[in-house]
Amino acid sequence: MEHHFVLRIVARLLIPLIMLFALYVQFHGDYGPGGGFQAGVIFAAGFILYGLIYGVDKLRDVVHPGVVRSLAAFGVLLYAGVGIAGMLSGGEFLNYSVLATDPVAGQHFGILLIEAGVGITVASTMVILFYAFARP
Amino acid sequence: MTVTIINFILLCLLFVAALAINQQRNLFAASMLTGIYSLMCASLFVCLDAVDVAFTEAAVGAGIATILFLGTLALTGFEEKTEVKVSIPGLIIVLITGGLLIYGLQDIPLFGDANTPVQTYLAGKYIDDSATEIAVPNLVTSILASYRGYDTFGETTVIFTAGIGVLMLLGRGGKKKKGLLDEAEEKQS
Repeated sequence: MEHHFVLRIVARLLIPLIMLFALYVQFHGDYGPGGGFQAGVIFAAGFILYGLIYGVDKLRDVVHPGVVRSLAAFGVLLYAGVGIAGMLSGGEFLNYSVLATDPVAGQHFGILLIEAGVGITVASTMVILFYAFARP
Repeated sequence: MTVTIINFILLCLLFVAALAINQQRNLFAASMLTGIYSLMCASLFVCLDAVDVAFTEAAVGAGIATILFLGTLALTGFEEKTEVKVSIPGLIIVLITGGLLIYGLQDIPLFGDANTPVQTYLAGKYIDDSATEIAVPNLVTSILASYRGYDTFGETTVIFTAGIGVLMLLGRGGKKKKGLLDEAEEKQS
């Protein structure tokens, strides 16, 4: 891909926008279409585009495979952790209402956290899949 | 009416794309066609007001899955090797299964029917209570993340498990376990 000058320049412009859009989809999921799944996939698409244009080895330098694996597990643990936090606060598993003094604020807090967990796991898993399939 | 026409055209295009994928022996072209198929599916989901699903379909189906197909093809080869033979027992089984599925379609409620169990059982409760209980403007998010939190937890775990499965089958286990390609590379350098 060294000689694809136009592709590299366009990718350089697009990748930050893709990441920004992913963050928008992630945190705007409460108000519009979107959420953790969609944001995670779009975020991963940004990384994968980088890997396609600049090479998988360079992408491995940017995000280490070990880091991605740990993050994939961390997302699930964050989700489960929110559920257990609900149990410790005196509610049921994944009951967010008890996470804050105000039930509605607790719901918002819980949804924000679990969506983040979903997003992290989905994005990391997609990058893991890309690493596994895209061998040099 | 416009949406109906768009749906009709999209479904026809999906049918054509499916036939084209089936006929295609060049796997690169077939992968590209599956990407196009997913993109048209995403458009169909937009017409059905399922924007969240369309989002996912466009990003995963048309984007990442196509890239994974291409990555696999780069490792295996771009031409399908097996010859195409018409198998009579296979054709009979397919026809019977297809006939049964079409027969089963009679029991499926009409599109948008308000009196189906799906619409009458919990949907009304979600629509009525979500604004006060969750107070999130996007009803899909409140159902997906809060009312159906268990399901979403399961889905996240499934994705994580899929990642682990791929890692165990294809991933590099560590520095000791290296693929053949790595060894060949090391010999060259």
